[in-house]
Amino acid sequence: MSKLDKAALGEPDTTAPSVPDDVFLSVRDLRIHFDTDDGLVKSVDGVSFDVRKGKTLGIVGESGSGKSVTSLGVMGLHRSARAKVSGEVWLDGQELIAADPDDVRRLRGRKMAMIFQDPLSAMHPYYSVGHQIVEAYRVHHDVSKKVARQRAIEMLDRVGIPEPGKRVDGYPHEFSGGMRQRAMIAMSLVNNPELLIADEPTTALDVTVQAQILDLIRDLQKEFGSAVIMITHDLGVVAEMADDLLVMYGGRCVERGPAEDVFSEPRHPYTWGLLGSMPRLDREETDRLIPIKGAPPSLINLPSGCAFHPRCPYADIPKDNVTRTVRPELTEVGGSHWAACHMTQEQRERIWTEEIAPKL
Amino acid sequence: MGAVLLLLVVSAVTFAIFFLVPRLGGQTADQLATQYVGKDANPASVAAIKQNLGLDQPVYVQYWEFIKGLVVGADYKFGPDATHCSAPCFGYSFKSHIEVWPQLQQRIPVSFSLAVGAAVIWLITGVTTGVISALRKGKPIDRFAMFIALAGVSLPIFFTGQILLALFVYEIPIWESIDYVPFTDNPAEWAWHLMLPWISLAFLFSALYARLTRAGMLETMSEDYIRTARAKGLKETTVVAKHGLRSALTPIVTIFGMDFGTLVGTAVLTETVFSLQGIGAYSVQAIKDNDLPIVMGVTLVAAFFIVFCNLIVDLVYAAIDPRVRYS
Amino acid sequence: MKTRRVTAGVASVLALSLGAAACGGGDDNDGGGNGKKDAALNSIVNASDKKGGTVTYEHSDVPDSLDPGNTYYGWVQNFSRLYGRTLTTFKPAAGKAGLEVVPDLAEGLGKSSPDAKTWTYKLRAGVKFQDGTPVTSKDVKYAIERSNFAPEALSNGPTYFKSYLEGGDKYKGPYKDKSAEGIKSIETPDDRTIVFKLKQPFADFDYLATFSQTAPVPQAKDTGAKYVQAIQSTGPYQFQSYEEGRGATLVRNKQWDAKTDPIRKALPDKITIKFKVNPVTVDNNLLSDKITADAAGTGVQPQTQPKVLRGKYANQTDSSYAGATQYIALNVNVKPFDNADCRKAVQWGLDKQSVLDAMGGSPKGDVATTLLPPSVNGYTKFDTYATDGHKGDVAKAKEALKACGKPNGFNTILTARSDRPAEVAAATAIQASLKKIGINIEIKQFPSGKYFSNFAGVPSYVHDNKLGMLSMAWGADWPTGYGFLDQIVNGAAIKPSGGNNLMELDDPKINKALTDAIANTDDAARTKAWGEIDKMVLDNASVVPLVYRKNLLLRPTSAQNVTVTQAYLGMYDYLLMSSSK
Repeated sequence: MSKLDKAALGEPDTTAPSVPDDVFLSVRDLRIHFDTDDGLVKSVDGVSFDVRKGKTLGIVGESGSGKSVTSLGVMGLHRSARAKVSGEVWLDGQELIAADPDDVRRLRGRKMAMIFQDPLSAMHPYYSVGHQIVEAYRVHHDVSKKVARQRAIEMLDRVGIPEPGKRVDGYPHEFSGGMRQRAMIAMSLVNNPELLIADEPTTALDVTVQAQILDLIRDLQKEFGSAVIMITHDLGVVAEMADDLLVMYGGRCVERGPAEDVFSEPRHPYTWGLLGSMPRLDREETDRLIPIKGAPPSLINLPSGCAFHPRCPYADIPKDNVTRTVRPELTEVGGSHWAACHMTQEQRERIWTEEIAPKL
Repeated sequence: MGAVLLLLVVSAVTFAIFFLVPRLGGQTADQLATQYVGKDANPASVAAIKQNLGLDQPVYVQYWEFIKGLVVGADYKFGPDATHCSAPCFGYSFKSHIEVWPQLQQRIPVSFSLAVGAAVIWLITGVTTGVISALRKGKPIDRFAMFIALAGVSLPIFFTGQILLALFVYEIPIWESIDYVPFTDNPAEWAWHLMLPWISLAFLFSALYARLTRAGMLETMSEDYIRTARAKGLKETTVVAKHGLRSALTPIVTIFGMDFGTLVGTAVLTETVFSLQGIGAYSVQAIKDNDLPIVMGVTLVAAFFIVFCNLIVDLVYAAIDPRVRYS
Repeated sequence: MKTRRVTAGVASVLALSLGAAACGGGDDNDGGGNGKKDAALNSIVNASDKKGGTVTYEHSDVPDSLDPGNTYYGWVQNFSRLYGRTLTTFKPAAGKAGLEVVPDLAEGLGKSSPDAKTWTYKLRAGVKFQDGTPVTSKDVKYAIERSNFAPEALSNGPTYFKSYLEGGDKYKGPYKDKSAEGIKSIETPDDRTIVFKLKQPFADFDYLATFSQTAPVPQAKDTGAKYVQAIQSTGPYQFQSYEEGRGATLVRNKQWDAKTDPIRKALPDKITIKFKVNPVTVDNNLLSDKITADAAGTGVQPQTQPKVLRGKYANQTDSSYAGATQYIALNVNVKPFDNADCRKAVQWGLDKQSVLDAMGGSPKGDVATTLLPPSVNGYTKFDTYATDGHKGDVAKAKEALKACGKPNGFNTILTARSDRPAEVAAATAIQASLKKIGINIEIKQFPSGKYFSNFAGVPSYVHDNKLGMLSMAWGADWPTGYGFLDQIVNGAAIKPSGGNNLMELDDPKINKALTDAIANTDDAARTKAWGEIDKMVLDNASVVPLVYRKNLLLRPTSAQNVTVTQAYLGMYDYLLMSSSK
């Protein structure tokens, strides 16, 4: 299990860092702000991370935490008039934020692809599944429709759709949820992308199908050696898949590190909350600890200091009201393991081992 | 089958309105017949007309005769010899005693031409404006287009029509006159001479369609599948034209079918302003004259177009949206 | 287009010089150029002898029918002379001469028996239908039979022949009575002679013979109501196309022989007419010289009036008498108008100038003092109730009220047709004017379509509702005192419904004067009698003349040989009209 590169995860405003050779995607201080009638929405506000080839990064957070926006930012899908994007996104040695939009478009779907949640709405209802896969293939490959269709059938077969030669002409509404997600994956992988971003790929599916889809993504990753970003609000999904983990809250990263470390020694109260709400087969729902109280913060008016403080049961532990006035920076809490909390290492270690862990 | 039934109901209702409403106001068969005799309404003439038009019969018998005429034709005697009016016989004008169907046949192409040309113009301009507006939402071009659209929706046709006439026929005579030249005679002249009516009618509808398209596009362009299309690396033009517009046009198609079908029979104002002899203007004259067979004829033709266009819409809809194809 | 303009320009210059030549030699009428204001009332404007060109008419409505045997409209009477020759017609000439009846299809005017009950006409030789068939007296007889006696098919026209012909009430018409002889009271002793036998003396028969109903129709080609689509022409023009309710195009009839026709010049090569043209468009087309004339001949729309009353178009207008009088009928059977002095109070008290102003002022007409309008044969100028400036005389009115026994005035009801804005405006002005002498008026409005059949024309309704004052306008079917007066002042014209004698005037002296005059074959004496009858009516005081109605006609610059014909309600003479285009 490899670790996230420490140097890359340093200060948010690190200038001109050297990107290690094995890092396929490197995001530096990514900020995505939206100018709306109500005010400036800071959906992503200074997020940095690296993903290596063949590895999986899990991005976890509640809805509105900025995880999906981050992935769309990487894909270059926020170039609208209202979105202000800054920072750097290095994909295979090429910076994308400042690049010509058309160059980024050419990379989309080929070098980096995305699997969206809810494929019923993410696939065009008026075009057949095959047509949509063919279209995705032919944007990047100058081949005849016939060849592309053959490729589409091949991909449908690969993702486990029975009778792909027949189903290729079917429409999204004629597919079951699981089949639709498989077709979506087939469409994303049709160009052998080196980076695959899966945004809640299993949310709409029942548990059995969820497992199948996750297995499929894992298998395909192995086969193609792609880098994968798995976006979810459910730690359970990434528990088995992710090599590294990034926990987002209020548009910022609150904790990140090797998945193993984050699971075994989480060092942020929000991560504790997420772990507490993780479904476990061996316990009753009522026994859950540390449910995260309150609602996710407004991205227009983030709480001062630590954005999590209104919901944090330990907000009063640090002295001088510092949680309400000073924003905590990411600090290293272990090997490649970073967290942003005002509590001291000891306080957190104590709370985790004494109060949280026993109840999980 | 449903369509035939619908037309039958429409005809019965029209018939009933014609006979029952004036009768509520005290209209007798004699008073009705008096209107079909000229200035010199002497009792002998009134009686002769009443009898020859069948107004002395009970209403249901008259209705039955009308329907019979439609299906198998009918014989009439308005001259030295009886003449046969073959099916579909809409009867004879109460006022002029001329067969109605040939009159309708001469006027339908006028109304149809008016509607077709206007529809082409408003679809092109309305949808284009709507798409541009939606893609440039909030920009000056969007605000300008929507202002023009608001003007178009608000200005009555007799106003825009008169302005166009005053400007381009009288002030700067680009057009000598506004006329109907049959398409089969000369397609270029046909289009040229109908251009002003088309423009004034299209202005109204373009405005409406621009607003509809804009709303539809705005909704569609925020759909997940548009994001997917972009994520695939498709060019923005492809995303808009192929993925966005196709969905945004679906409701437009439905409304267009209704509008077009209705317009064929009801472009009364345009026909009047530009002195075009379509079925709309014909029906107005007929209503003024209390000329039942013509009113019936126009109503049925107009209803037919509405039914027919809706049928076409259903077919087109199925072609556009695979989800309704098998249901 | 440019060449066309140039051609048109050259043509009008040419026409101008021709016109000047035609009227030259000390003629003080302005015959050249585009004339002056009202020039077409008494002269022929833009006179020309140049053949060719197209005369284009437009009309905002449709005719009742272009079939000469199925029409009552004045303009169709005028227009149909282009394709239908009648026994007699009105002379196509300017001013008063236009009221003269001249022979057309007939060689001369009708020869009357001394009792004015038998009228004989001899047809000209050599007149043919457009298919080359010679016209015979039987064709004229047939035309009258179908137009007067077949109401089940052709019901639009008047039925004077039916009323005056012997046995007219018995004959069933040619579509039902298939006997070869037809109506017996029209005799055709030979192909060129036709004899009418009337049941009562009728000295105005030559006027009746001007009706389009006497234009011959070949029985073999008659298709009843459908004949309008295939009219057999006897005039200089025949139908090239006819589109029901939309228009028609007339071209030269090769079978027409100018030698048989002394009254028609037939200058244009082509005549087109278009129906159901937006009224504003008709006016604009007249102003921009796109058409030759508005076929309706009733003048421009109210919204066009300001544009033409002053400025450059003023010289192209003709304010012609429409041959109709707007008046108030005082019902002699409704109190207090059963008393002549109460009627006279209205006559004296009414400010007629204010009524005219309310109706739209001088473009709409002149203040009327007689029932007969000035454009009708027999009109005699007089003013029984003359007041200064037609403003009424309160003192005399009060005197009359006193004599009537209502010194403080009275209350009454005035009717008006709701869909005639000018009439409603007039009623309001009358209400205001008579209030000054204590006559309080309540105005009741009725739709014009049912005005005579259900309301004002139904004596029982009038009595029950005490409708003392009834708004009325009347134009004659033919321009003589009899044609004008008989239907409105004769006691015989009082009907249980649909009558036009709204005063219910049944004065034996007046009735007898009418009967005597119409039997008088001495034209001068007869004509004089109409003015005298008019005076008798005014002495009776049951008619309050308001306005002699006028049309504000507009003649485009390209229109040639333009003159107003008083015989046809003050519209232009369509027999004369030609165009430089």
